[in-house]
Amino acid sequence: MRTFLLRRMLNMIPLLFGISLLSFGIMELAPGDFLDTIRANDAIPPELVESMAKRFGLDQPWYVRYERWLGNVVLHADFGESFSYRQPVFSVMAPRLGNTLLLALAAALITWCLAIPLGILAAVRQYSWWDKGASLLASFGLSIPEVFFALLLLLFAARTGWFPIGGMHSLDYDDLTPWGKFLDVAHHLVLPAIVLGTIPMASRMRQMRANLLDVLRLEYVNTARAKGLPEQKVIWKHAVRNALNPLITLFGLTLATLLSGSFVVEVVMGWPGLGALTLEALRKQDLYLVMGSVMLASTLLVFGNLVADVLLAVVDPRIRYD
Amino acid sequence: MAGPARSPWQIFWREFRKSPTALIGASVLVLFYACALAADFLAPYSMIEQNRDLSYLPPQKVRFASAGPFVDGTTLVDPLRNRYQDDPKTRYPVRFFVAGRPYRLLGLVPANRHLFGVDAPGTIHLIGTDQFGRDVLSRLLYGSRISLSIGLVGIAISFSIGILVGGLSGYFGGWVDEGTMRVTEILLSIPVLYLIVALAAILPPEMPSDRKYLLIVIILAFIGWATLARIVRGLVLSLREFEYVTAAKALGAGTFRVLLRHIIPNTLSFLIVAATISVPGYILGEVFLSFLGVGIQEPTASWGNMLTAAQSVRVLLSFPWILAPGYLIFLTVLAFNFLGDGLSDALNPRKIQGGKGG
Repeated sequence: MRTFLLRRMLNMIPLLFGISLLSFGIMELAPGDFLDTIRANDAIPPELVESMAKRFGLDQPWYVRYERWLGNVVLHADFGESFSYRQPVFSVMAPRLGNTLLLALAAALITWCLAIPLGILAAVRQYSWWDKGASLLASFGLSIPEVFFALLLLLFAARTGWFPIGGMHSLDYDDLTPWGKFLDVAHHLVLPAIVLGTIPMASRMRQMRANLLDVLRLEYVNTARAKGLPEQKVIWKHAVRNALNPLITLFGLTLATLLSGSFVVEVVMGWPGLGALTLEALRKQDLYLVMGSVMLASTLLVFGNLVADVLLAVVDPRIRYD
Repeated sequence: MAGPARSPWQIFWREFRKSPTALIGASVLVLFYACALAADFLAPYSMIEQNRDLSYLPPQKVRFASAGPFVDGTTLVDPLRNRYQDDPKTRYPVRFFVAGRPYRLLGLVPANRHLFGVDAPGTIHLIGTDQFGRDVLSRLLYGSRISLSIGLVGIAISFSIGILVGGLSGYFGGWVDEGTMRVTEILLSIPVLYLIVALAAILPPEMPSDRKYLLIVIILAFIGWATLARIVRGLVLSLREFEYVTAAKALGAGTFRVLLRHIIPNTLSFLIVAATISVPGYILGEVFLSFLGVGIQEPTASWGNMLTAAQSVRVLLSFPWILAPGYLIFLTVLAFNFLGDGLSDALNPRKIQGGKGG
């Protein structure tokens, strides 16, 4: 296990290097640069534009810029400065990162709290209406386009007035008590979290159902029934526990898409998270800000996959990596 | 296992038929693709015909009289809020097989008949009109050509690359394998949406729709081939150890012959299922690109850019019918998923060999 971990960790270094090179290259292929809008403005003297280009390194060829950026990242953990915010990339990203994490955690909560019970119910009463209804719901959940679902829920919010229409805070947020602030954010959080949680919920539910059905066919479940245990005990104590194990590994996958999954939801529902920030940065060609968030999201993806593999080995002693 | 021998196709059909959802999915898709092909004939209006006086007209109802179906005329009562009122005094009978704008049936036969229409100055907008007074139904029909074909063209490209790269990589192993697997690893480690967004930035905003269509497909296929290459590689790795492959080699078959005639056909059932369930990804990818503002450009219609036009909640509240493309995308994706589930059950060789009663 230790050699496996070490090898995977070492493998991450060239991988992240490749990711950075690829994303940097793609950014460079895009026509124009950050200063285009400023150049188009006649009120700004060309000398100032020149000095800005120099300061941002935009007068250099791309490989010089990449080398400089990479050097700073590796040696000083410095991801550069955002052109538009004039602040280090991470201080721009930090508050947005918090918002995205909040949204992702709320979505994960909805996912697991609904997926597990529904999956168990569907498996225990296989072929019942519960089962059919749940699997139809799962198919719907997996098929509905996020943009469309988000718009439908916003429409629902506007029609009923039960939920705020997008955003994260009400207008009077600053005047609220701490408890009021919490409730306000929670109120805004409900709809985006539902949109974000739907797809994972549907797939986890299917997995839970399939796992439990597999386990219920095993000999030891028959044995438990044969020795006269009540059905409740057979299912909850014997079957569900073992059916849950494989799902634990999915925790790693949840981690992997924590930052990158909420792109669409954030933009449609006006949630001020990392995805919305990245899109804005990309439109402005704010090079280092884009690089910062791509690297962060990719690192988490790579790391999340590793965690998934490790957890798999932890819960299932039959799997060995060395 | 008694009874007459069945061909693989018969076995497949016997299994496939058992799943009602798969049959529903397949029927819906056949219907949608047929409508896309016949869009010229079915659409009462062209894709770009505007009528500024009929902006956001709600869906018109077809009513029936003894003389046949008809629609009421409409008058604009509140130009600021786009409120219309039916005008029961003017009735426009719905006519079938009317002559209209010329087109080429299936791109070949010149024709000018359309399934239905009404005489001018009447209008027939069964799903209403959009901001510019364009017929939503017609745009949905023409838009379906882009949205439905993008998935097929996309998998054609990504599967060719994926099968070739994965096949060669698995067959040869060594540094070819190392190199390609590292590249796919990098591609798969960048979150998909970020990758699309970054690649979208390369797209110039103004460009003819047909070239843009091609670029969009290429971008999506560029992202899609990596997963496939890895899976095909895995399959080939195990298949190449089989004795029949050794036999083929011993008989003097060349590398490509072994790969294409003996190994790849054995991955076919997997590839068919994978293709079916990856089509929705392309349809949704087009929606996402439109949503980013770099999809197919107006006035050409695609379901993605029609849905993007429906982004303002204020507009949606007053004119909910412009969400129509969303329902169609949802139905299409659902149909592909149902079909994919059915295919994977029917093509699963383990299950078939298990001989359920057979």
